[in-house]
Amino acid sequence: MPAVRKTRRKPATDHEEQRGARPFWSGTLTFGLVSVPVDLYPGNRNARTPLRMLGPDGVPLSRRYYSQKTEKDLDADDMIRGYEIEKDKFVLVTDDELERLAPEQSRDIDLRSFAPLEQIAPIYFDRSYFLVPSSGSEKAYKLLAETMKKSKLAGIATFVMRGKEYLVTIFPENGILRAETMRFSDEIRTPKDVGLPEKKKVPASAVKKFETVVKKHSARSFSLKTLKDERAENLRKLIARKKASKKNVVHVEVPEREEGKVVDLLDVLKKSLAGKKKAA
Amino acid sequence: MAARAIWKGNLKLNSTKIPVKLYSAVQDRAIRFHILDDKAKMRVKQHMINPESGDEVPNEEVRKGFEVEPGTFVILEEEDLEKLVPEASRDVEIKKFVSATSIPPAYYDRPYYVGPDGDQAAYFALAEALKNQEKEGIAHWVMRKQSYTGALRAEGDYLLLCTLRSADEVLSAEDLPTPAGRAPEKRELAMAQQLVELLKGDFDPKEYKDEYRQRVMEFVEKKAKGHKPRLKLVKSKSKTASLDKILSKSIESLKKEKRSARSA
Repeated sequence: MPAVRKTRRKPATDHEEQRGARPFWSGTLTFGLVSVPVDLYPGNRNARTPLRMLGPDGVPLSRRYYSQKTEKDLDADDMIRGYEIEKDKFVLVTDDELERLAPEQSRDIDLRSFAPLEQIAPIYFDRSYFLVPSSGSEKAYKLLAETMKKSKLAGIATFVMRGKEYLVTIFPENGILRAETMRFSDEIRTPKDVGLPEKKKVPASAVKKFETVVKKHSARSFSLKTLKDERAENLRKLIARKKASKKNVVHVEVPEREEGKVVDLLDVLKKSLAGKKKAA
Repeated sequence: MAARAIWKGNLKLNSTKIPVKLYSAVQDRAIRFHILDDKAKMRVKQHMINPESGDEVPNEEVRKGFEVEPGTFVILEEEDLEKLVPEASRDVEIKKFVSATSIPPAYYDRPYYVGPDGDQAAYFALAEALKNQEKEGIAHWVMRKQSYTGALRAEGDYLLLCTLRSADEVLSAEDLPTPAGRAPEKRELAMAQQLVELLKGDFDPKEYKDEYRQRVMEFVEKKAKGHKPRLKLVKSKSKTASLDKILSKSIESLKKEKRSARSA
């Protein structure tokens, strides 16, 4: 997440990422002169066992920003973004300025280039998102998804979202457009930058030896389900054990938290894909 | 200047061990802003408060818990969490190889260059073998008290280790319904395909620059000198004609662009 984001909304709570049913960004996807209004949702989620910070009595706590000068808590409106030009000297930059700095055409995802997805090395991939048609754009959306599927091509574009420019590749998956953000080439070091040694000629026998090992241990099929987060699993087991033992379990009165409710991202996506029912 | 290694260990395949060093393959170029108290123009600090009373809770009194039901928390003490720390090891264990295209992009997380730490012949031989076979190894290792799963791949002549997200962390489109709405018409599809073909090319990462980052930086520098650069207002835009018309117009203008590019 860009550092810029912090002051754009209310100060972040501990696991804000998991919350809120609103899209992360709404904008327009264009190809040629066709424009497709879309909503962008995260396609990755954090490990599903977020821990909460609690007070001594078990009350869930909130993280707040406060002033070093007055020691009082600050609201989003009391804070501003600053770039440190020298020690403790800042240039102030507002949300409005950041927004205006993005040229108009950069606010759309304009697919000006298409290439086979296999041409993009994994070193570039950063985060994953889904693009969902916003009401009224289903027709053009489906046309683009179907076209990319038929031509086996992914669209590539750059666009500015929430104070940062993103390089993105868009491709269909089960009729839905996935948007994968990528690192810009100047964000990737080369082996030379890192100081890796020049390749020396390797005896063919040494390569052959490894090829044999690779062949021998190659899996014909591979299930992604085998990619597991061991720590998250062990944590879940530990929590279940503790819950059953009834030790170390606290109950607190919690007010109805509509805004703070933990929402399952999958449910949010399902709902938005089902299409918004128009009022008759 | 050469980068500093972030970790040292061994690639372990069967009984073969290749000593290696890990280097971050990513260079952070994000513009770092600080959050300031607008009145005092000073950096802000963070603390934990009880939202009901507004009282600060000092760090040493903060406990961690998991909400099993609304309002019911299982408390996890430091010693509980310490038990979850995996056993330390210097081995990056590779037991399985898969086709280099079998893992979808959404799984790749952070890339690290693997560099040789001694036995260069074995290192470059393994990189060449993976490249020739178009395979990547599924790797497991423990680094800084965390266990990782990753993909060991050939990146040019070198080895790259990309950490992988777990299946739980990646939403699959297979679990989602296809978008509502009617299927595109044949004619539209044919035109859209023609349009995409006109825009087809090879992926060249050097073609794309983060121009916005540069604009923000220039703006900050101007402001630092006391200038106040004028910025354009953000306009919202209006809607357009039928899909059919837009597609044929797009194809026309692209063809024209290409023709003039060729004759230039």
